[in-house]
Order: sequence, then structure tokens, then C-alpha cells
Amino acid sequence: MARFDYLEPHSVDEALQMLAEHGDKTRLVAGSTDFLVRWRTGVWRPESVVCMQHVPGLDYINWNPDDGLSIGAMASVQDIELNTEVRSRYPALAAGATSFAGVQVRNLATVAGNICNASPAGDTLPALLAYNAQCRIIGPSGERSLPLDELFVGPGRTALAAGEILTEIRLPPPAPNTGGLYIKHSPRGAMDISAVGVASVVSLNDDGTCASARIALGSVAPTPLRAYGAEGRLVSQTPDAANIAEAARLASQSCNPIADVRSGADYRREMVRVLTERTLQHGVATAGDTPSFDDIRRLAVQTAW
Amino acid sequence: MKQPLTLNINGESRLLLVEPFYSLLDCLRDDASLTGSKKGCDEGDCGACTVLMDGKPVTSCLVLAHSAHGSEITTIEGLADVDGLSPVQRAFVEHGGLQCGFCIPGLIMSATGFLQDNPDPTEEDVRFAIGGNLCRCTGYSRVIDAIMAAAAEMRASA
Repeated sequence: MARFDYLEPHSVDEALQMLAEHGDKTRLVAGSTDFLVRWRTGVWRPESVVCMQHVPGLDYINWNPDDGLSIGAMASVQDIELNTEVRSRYPALAAGATSFAGVQVRNLATVAGNICNASPAGDTLPALLAYNAQCRIIGPSGERSLPLDELFVGPGRTALAAGEILTEIRLPPPAPNTGGLYIKHSPRGAMDISAVGVASVVSLNDDGTCASARIALGSVAPTPLRAYGAEGRLVSQTPDAANIAEAARLASQSCNPIADVRSGADYRREMVRVLTERTLQHGVATAGDTPSFDDIRRLAVQTAW
Repeated sequence: MKQPLTLNINGESRLLLVEPFYSLLDCLRDDASLTGSKKGCDEGDCGACTVLMDGKPVTSCLVLAHSAHGSEITTIEGLADVDGLSPVQRAFVEHGGLQCGFCIPGLIMSATGFLQDNPDPTEEDVRFAIGGNLCRCTGYSRVIDAIMAAAAEMRASA
């Protein structure tokens, strides 16, 4: 039977030392929800784990108008779902969190872990991309900052170097008159992996034209990805039905889905069009409003049947 | 090799010898002899292993046992007291919110954790709260009736 040793650092420095000492024979874990499943199925077989649960001071979610939102590496997905600043200012992220697994997994899983596992289907990832998240990374040679968009390099693979730890995720403050939504499309309404997930965040100028539009897609390429071409189609334009439909068409062209047990490739591409249209329309309709969480929760998961 | 681990389970401090790779669920069942928490899928999908950690429902099959020290762990065995079943347990019995029973400890722990933070839920709130618990017998309707009734009783006696 496979085994591993349990290592428990009590500071980020101690965790860095453990990673340096044990190298690729160890694995850093936060909530351990992905880790234990993949260990049991034999995908990951480290000799030890470095468990971050008892490193104090990393489970914060802070908001201020100058710096925006800061999410500590040990903040859980449920902490994000329940946070009032997230619900009012980053509704697409609240939608991503509430669409994520079930309550019991959300209480364990962390946003940082969802990022580091780099699944194309990670439910918090499209919204984090659409809010221009930045990653604060600490490693043996110091600290660096990397846009989330540059962190994902393949399924399960990130630009984190050996021995580095993602310690914080930062989301800039949203511009005035911003709205957004994430919609997860999956066969079941709970405890499922998304077949397609789309997050859109739209900011409007006073004259009603688009100041910015950011669209991010999940489960339709080797990594979660921004649909930059579709975004560019909307900037400085009136976000009317025709322009949104054209942006949605461009988004569906920009993805590269596979066929698997959850969907065919053509279906995924078509659903990217549909969900991009829906999330953009919702973002425009709610720009500047404080959305109701009950509405976010109802819209966040749209099932296939 | 098994390592010593002190856990606070149902209000008691328990010194256990636990393998470093054990989940909290395996530790509860094999080392603490508390078999009320069930192993359905062992991958976090079914919710039968749900326990409370510091009042929050978690799938204990996804928790590293050795990471759980310092938390107050409540299992289904910890709900009844000298006066009998908890309000949620009683409501499940009264409303027939069970058939084979395998998922029920997990459902009751999810409901118990949920009602502590949401004493006056809508039926929709309850449906979201038990989204991570699979039951293949009841169709959930009587489970939801039971949780709504338990909420009402707990509000009335609060």
C-alpha cells in the first residue's frame, strides 16, 4: 500500500525549507481535497506532504478601495462565497465559488489550491482571470508577482518553479459601473465538473459604451483562458444585442475544446457562445448594481437537463 | 509508522495512534472506533462521511487526519445527549427522512452545521446546503421536510 509522511510547517519560511529539503519527493497541500483523491488513484505518489493548514495568518480575505481584494492562500472557497465584499463587488467570483462542488468540499478547498492544481475546469479560475488576478509567489530566491493569466501552462501545470509557494491572490478594485457573472454548465447541478464555464466582467462608460470587457473560459482548452479577441470587439462599442452576439461568436472561435464523457467538442464550442452571451448580457444589465446573492446562486449553475 | 495524534472528538480529547497518510474518516472509523461516519465514495462526492470541524461541515475523507488537531470535531455520535436525540435527528425520524440509512449520518451532520448558521432558511437554502450529500433512496423530499421542521423547532425553543 502507498504511504506518505506528514510534514507540518508553522510558517511560510518553514514550508519553504521543507520544500527545499525534500524537493520533488514532497508535495505542498492546502485543503488536500484534490490531493487525497489523486493520491488514492495513484496519480500523485509523493513520499511526504507539506500541509499548510497550521501556518497561521494565511486565511484572510481583505478589501479596500485602493488595493482591491487580497485573498490569502488558505482562504477557503466557502470563505469567498460568504464574503460580503466578494458578493457585492466581484459577483462573478461569488458565482464561481457557489458553483464549486458542495458545501463540505468548499469548506476545505482553497482558492490558491484551485489555482495551483491548474485544472482547465477549476470553477474559481475563469472569474479570477476576468478580474485580472495577480499572484504573489514566494520562493527560495525571494518574492515575485505574476499575472494569473501567465501562471497556467497546461493541464495541471503552472509556471511555479520548484520550491515556490503561491501565498496571495490580488484582484484590483473594479471600475465604477461594472457587472459580471460566471456560469457553469454541467450535467448535474451539484458535485459535478463543469463541461463549460464562462466568466464575463463588463465596465461601462457614462455614455453606456463599454470601457472594458473581460471574458474567460473554462474546460474548453488545456488551460482556463481569456478570450481577448472577443473582449476587443466590445471595447468602446455599445454593448447591444448585435455586438454581444458577435463577441460571443468570437469567444467560441477562440477556444480549443476536447470531447470527453461530459461533452462533445462542438457542443462545448456552441455552449461557449451561449454562455458568453448570457454572462455579458447579465454583466451589462447589472453594471453598477449590488447583485442579490440569491440571484447569483440561481444563475451560477445551468445544467444540461 | 503510526504517529501519536490528539484529537478533540465530540468534546473529548482522544490520544490516538494514526498512520500519517490516514484521512480523518479512516482515523475516526479505524482508530477512534466511531463508525457512524460512513465511507461511501472516498473521493468527496457523496457526503456520507460528513462531520463538523469547528462547526463547519466537511467531507472527512478529504481531511488529512494529522492536520485535524486543534479543531473541534463533531460526528454523528456526538449529537445525542442525556436528553435524547438532537432536534435534527428527531425530525429525520418523525418525517421518515430515511430509508436504507447509509447517507443519513452525513445528511444530519450537513443539516446540523447548516442550521447553526442559518436558523431560518428557505427550502431553496436547504436544497443548496445538502447539494453535497447523495441519497439514492428517499428522493430528498422528506429529508428537506425534516430539516425545515428541525429549523422551526429549534427557533421555537431558542
